[in-house]
Amino acid sequence: MHIPDGYLSPSTCAALYAGSAPFWFVALKRVQRRLSARLVPLLSLVSAFSFVIMMFNLPLPGGTTGHAVGMGIATIVLGPWASILAISVALLIQAVFFGDGGITAYGANCFNMAVVGSLAAWTVYRIIAGRAPLQSPRRVFAAAIAGYLAINASALCAAIEFGIQPVLFHDAAGAPFYAPYPLSIAIPAMLIGHFSFAGIAELVISGGLVAWLQRADASLLKTTAPGAVESGGIAEPAASAWAALRPMWIGLAALMIATPLGLFAAGAAWGEWNAADFKKPEARREIAAASHNVAPPENPPAGLARLGSIWSAPIPDYAPSFLKSEKLGYLLSAMFGGGLIIAGGLAGGWFFGRSTAGRERKGAA
Amino acid sequence: MTHPESAPAKNRRRKTFVERTVNDLAEALDHAAYADEVAQRDGLLQQLDPRAKVCGILLLVIAAVSVRNISVAALLFAVALALALLSRISFRVLAKRVWTSVLCFTGVIALPAIFLAPGAVMFRLPLLHWPVTSQGWWAAVRLITRAETASTLALLLVLSTPWTHVLKALRVFHVPVVFVVILGMTHRYIFSLLHLARDFFEARRSRLVGMMDRAQRRHLAASTAGVLLEKSLQLSGDVFLAMRSRGFRGGIYTLDDFRMKPRDWWALGAFVSMAALAFKLGNR
Repeated sequence: MHIPDGYLSPSTCAALYAGSAPFWFVALKRVQRRLSARLVPLLSLVSAFSFVIMMFNLPLPGGTTGHAVGMGIATIVLGPWASILAISVALLIQAVFFGDGGITAYGANCFNMAVVGSLAAWTVYRIIAGRAPLQSPRRVFAAAIAGYLAINASALCAAIEFGIQPVLFHDAAGAPFYAPYPLSIAIPAMLIGHFSFAGIAELVISGGLVAWLQRADASLLKTTAPGAVESGGIAEPAASAWAALRPMWIGLAALMIATPLGLFAAGAAWGEWNAADFKKPEARREIAAASHNVAPPENPPAGLARLGSIWSAPIPDYAPSFLKSEKLGYLLSAMFGGGLIIAGGLAGGWFFGRSTAGRERKGAA
Repeated sequence: MTHPESAPAKNRRRKTFVERTVNDLAEALDHAAYADEVAQRDGLLQQLDPRAKVCGILLLVIAAVSVRNISVAALLFAVALALALLSRISFRVLAKRVWTSVLCFTGVIALPAIFLAPGAVMFRLPLLHWPVTSQGWWAAVRLITRAETASTLALLLVLSTPWTHVLKALRVFHVPVVFVVILGMTHRYIFSLLHLARDFFEARRSRLVGMMDRAQRRHLAASTAGVLLEKSLQLSGDVFLAMRSRGFRGGIYTLDDFRMKPRDWWALGAFVSMAALAFKLGNR
C-alpha cells in the first residue's frame, strides 16, 4: 500500500500532491477552528499512535498476520479532517525516517490512505452506525466495515495509479518506464491482497478498538456520533434501532414496489451478454442497437467463452426453470433476492447483538 | 501447550505474534538509535548545512525517479554510493536496511513483468518455456534501479541528519510552521508510545505459560491498541496543559540558527548540477 519511489511518474506524483493539497488545507483550517491551541499536542499524539499501530502484527484468519493503517479508528475518534492530518504526518515520518513509502510518492500515499481512506471510513461508518447509541454493537459492526472498505478504497486508488503508468509512460518499443502492469492486472493484484489480508487487519483493529472503547471510555466515540447517547452499556433498544434504520427500510420497500418496472425494459443490459448471445440473430441485433450500431464479432471473445462457463447461477436470467411465465419468475426472483438481503441483515444484527450482549454479561459477572 | 522446561524447543518454533510485534517495535527503536549515532559522525554529509542537504538530496531523488535512461540511473546510484563512503556510512548497513528490502519488494512486483509484458522475446526459460520479453526485462531493470537509488539517497539524508534539523530545513520549502512542530512532536512521542507498546507486549509475554488461540490474540492486539489510544489522548491533554503552564497560547516560533558556509553553497551547487545533468541526459 505504501507506494515507493520509482513506481509512479513524476507527473503522476505532482498531480497527486496537487490533489492532496486542498484536502490538507481544508483539514488544517477546520481542525484549527475546532481545536485551536490543543491542535498541536492532540494531532502529534494521534499521529504517533497511528504510526505505532501500523507496526502491530495483527493475527488474521488462516494463521497469518497483517498490518493495519489505523485510518478507520483515527477517523472514528478524531473525525475525517483531523484524521487526514494525523495519517499524513504518520506517513511522512514513515517515508522519510523509516523509508516505508517514497518521498516523491508521498502525495500519492497521502491521497490514497489519508484522504480517500479517512473520507471513505467516515462515510461508511456514519451510514451504517446511524444514530445508534455509543455502546451499540452496531457501532462495532460499522467500524469494522468502515475500516475494511476504507483500506480497500485506498488500495483501489493505488491500483489505478499503478495501472495507468504503462498506458501513459512507455518507450518506443512499448517497455513501461514506471509500474509495469496495466489496470487489468494491477486492480485484481492489489485488491485480492487487501480483500483477504490487509482489509481483515483493518477490520480487526477498527472493530476491536471500538468494542474496547465502548467498555473503557465511550465518550471518545462522540466526535463521529452526533445525536447518539451513552446507554451505559445496555444493549441498544429495539425502538432506536428501528428509528435509525427507518430510511433504509423505506428505501428498500420503495425499490421492491418498483420491481415490476424492470418488466418494461427492452433488450438486455449493455455488456451483460453471454457467449451464446453472439450466435443468436435476435441477440446480435440487440447488441448492435445498444452499441451505436457497431456489429458484434462473429464469435464470442475467447476469454468470455472460457470464463462464462465457470459458474452457472441457480436462477439464470431471473427465470426459475420450474415456472413457465417469465414475468412471474422475474417478480419471484426480485422478492427472493430482497428477502435474502433482509435475512442476511437480520442474521448479521442478531449475531453481533448476541456476541456483544454475551460479553456484557461476562463483564457484569 | 508450551512449558518453561521445553525452552530449547522454543528456538525452533515459529515466533508468536507477540514476539514478532515486540521485535518490530524494538527494530524501530534500534533504527532511531543508529540514525542518531551516524548523524554524529565526522563525514561529508554530516558536515553540510541541513537546508543544503535536504534541497540537494531531494533534487537527486526527483532526478532518480524521473530519468528513463538506465545508465544515468545507475550513475546516480554510484553517486549515492560515493556519498555513503564519504559520510562513513557502511555499505553493509545500506544493504541491510534498504537494498535487500527494496530488492525483495520491487523484485516480487517486477519479476512477473519480465514474462507478462508483451514484446519481442529475448529467450525462453529452459524448463518452463516461459518467454522473457525485451520490454518486460528493461521495465523490471529500470524499476529496480530507480527504486534502489531513490531509497538509498533518502536513507543517506536521514542517517546523516538529526531529525530536528531535517524538520527545521523543511521551513525552506515554506511548509507551515505548525506542521513542522507537529512533525517534531510526533517523532518524539512515537518513541514514547513505541516503548509503551513494547512494555505492554513484554509484560504479557512474561506472563504467558501457554499458547493463545486466535480470538485471544486478536483480543490482546485490540485491547493493547485501545490502551495505547487512551494513553495517547491522555498524554496529549497532559502535554497541552504543560505547554499552557509555560505560556503557550497557540503561537509557534522556531529557532532558525543555521548558517550557510561557502562549503554548503558549493555542495548545493554540485547537487543541483548533478540533478540537472541527470535530467538532461536521462530523458533523451
